[in-house]
Amino acid sequence: MSSAIAPLNKIYRRRRMVNALMLFISGLTLLFGLFWLAWIIVTLFYEGFNALGPSLFTQNTPPPGSNGGLLNAIVGSFLMAMMGTLIGTPVGILAGTYLAEFGRRGWLAPATRFINDILLSAPSIVIGLFIYSVYVAKVSHFSGWAGALALSLIVIPVVVRTTDDMLKLVPDSLREAAVALGAPAWKMIVFVSYRAARAGIVTGILLAVARISGETAPLLFTSLNNQFWSLNMNAPMANLPVVIFQFAMSPYPDWHRLAWGGAILITLGVLGLNILARVMFRR
Amino acid sequence: MSEDLQFANPKLKVKDLNFFYGKYQALKDVSMNIPANKVTAFIGPSGCGKSTLLRTFNRLYELYPGQRAEGEIQLDGNDILAKTQDITLLRAKVGMVFQKPTPFPMSIYDNISFGVRLYENLRRGEMDERIEWALTKAALWKEVKDKLNQSGNSLSGGQQQRLCIARGIAIKPEVLLLDEPCSALDPISTSRIEELIDELKTDYTVVIVTHNMQQAARVSDYTAYMYLGELIEFGLTDNIFIKPKRKETEDYITGRFG
Repeated sequence: MSSAIAPLNKIYRRRRMVNALMLFISGLTLLFGLFWLAWIIVTLFYEGFNALGPSLFTQNTPPPGSNGGLLNAIVGSFLMAMMGTLIGTPVGILAGTYLAEFGRRGWLAPATRFINDILLSAPSIVIGLFIYSVYVAKVSHFSGWAGALALSLIVIPVVVRTTDDMLKLVPDSLREAAVALGAPAWKMIVFVSYRAARAGIVTGILLAVARISGETAPLLFTSLNNQFWSLNMNAPMANLPVVIFQFAMSPYPDWHRLAWGGAILITLGVLGLNILARVMFRR
Repeated sequence: MSEDLQFANPKLKVKDLNFFYGKYQALKDVSMNIPANKVTAFIGPSGCGKSTLLRTFNRLYELYPGQRAEGEIQLDGNDILAKTQDITLLRAKVGMVFQKPTPFPMSIYDNISFGVRLYENLRRGEMDERIEWALTKAALWKEVKDKLNQSGNSLSGGQQQRLCIARGIAIKPEVLLLDEPCSALDPISTSRIEELIDELKTDYTVVIVTHNMQQAARVSDYTAYMYLGELIEFGLTDNIFIKPKRKETEDYITGRFG
């Protein structure tokens, strides 16, 4: 191709060189990031793979030196994450709906959004301490409910944020069309806005579940741990993150093995939730 | 105001209407009578207030804080800007179609039944009939009758716009507001919709905002030229386009301005 500017023009050559250099640096930083990520995953699978087995899912956490699994911790984690999600999701969706649909006027919505963003990035240990002081200390015992409550406080800001963001992506022209037909605000929101933003809102909930399934700090002060089988939400409850924390710090090799097994389970669970969220969002 | 309108049978009477976006005044003392069962077109350069005026007829502006209308708009003699006016009933009488097609994220059938259910409790058979009636009226029935359960978003742009028209007429309004309904459509879809507008005026009072002066000349009986929030000239479309009374109107129509 012929060009008005000679191809070996000085400015052009310089631009090509800068481009090549920046592309090289960008690629290098990408490799740097991927390297650590790959190392984490490889270590996790190398150490945890022989912990995986049927007994992991059928036996409870053992005393040192004997065989066991993580059944009570898996069930406890599942129960508390479920309860936390069930408590946090409605609050989050309703608050997010207020922000996006009714928050156009006044100071309340911008202020709420700001505080929610702070809560979103609050260290989870602070949330654990908060539930400890207002609930656990008052009833004088650790419990599954306290754990679920702490987790729900992590769910709420995530769901508020995604609901708010996703509803704001719904074009106003759709709302105008619904309102112009004479639909009251609640019908417009439930039948038009929610439907249009459904995939995004569900994705937000799934990401919130993924976020709380690995949280350790808020559970340390609330549900604590339980080495026995228990479905009683009013008593201390076993859960994967705290079991990993305790077992990994112990001097016993068989506990180490179980800790790696738990780590793999959480990682795979979070991976699964993220894939599910992506699939949901794409549809 | 020209004499031919004094005797026209008015559906909407606008008296000294002023409109504000916060502190900005978008309409200045607009007064006009919009005749029943005719097509009235609003033309004028962007920002002249023609869409704003249209959106006062169903009080759609109330969705947004800081927007307000002052003055009087009568629909069949009742002041629709009055606080006592039930807004849902107003919107049942005054339907609207927008610039971009706005199908709801649901099936073609539900897109239409959504509006009908707001006002009527129809049995399944009656609802089916109503939907067929509305889609036939909007010249869309033949194309979609076998896929009523498909998403409204699966239709082409022109079909979506006709679906929105069907949705608007399914609740049997008396006035139909069209806000640049063809500006996002290709010429074939546009001519379909223009034919449709011509048929609709037997049952409805149609008000259309358009940027396209040929379109205004083709579809409308009456034309209003607006500029900077003021109604400059309003009269029979033939008069406005052939022998406008005001110099500003002539300049705009002949393309010397705008």
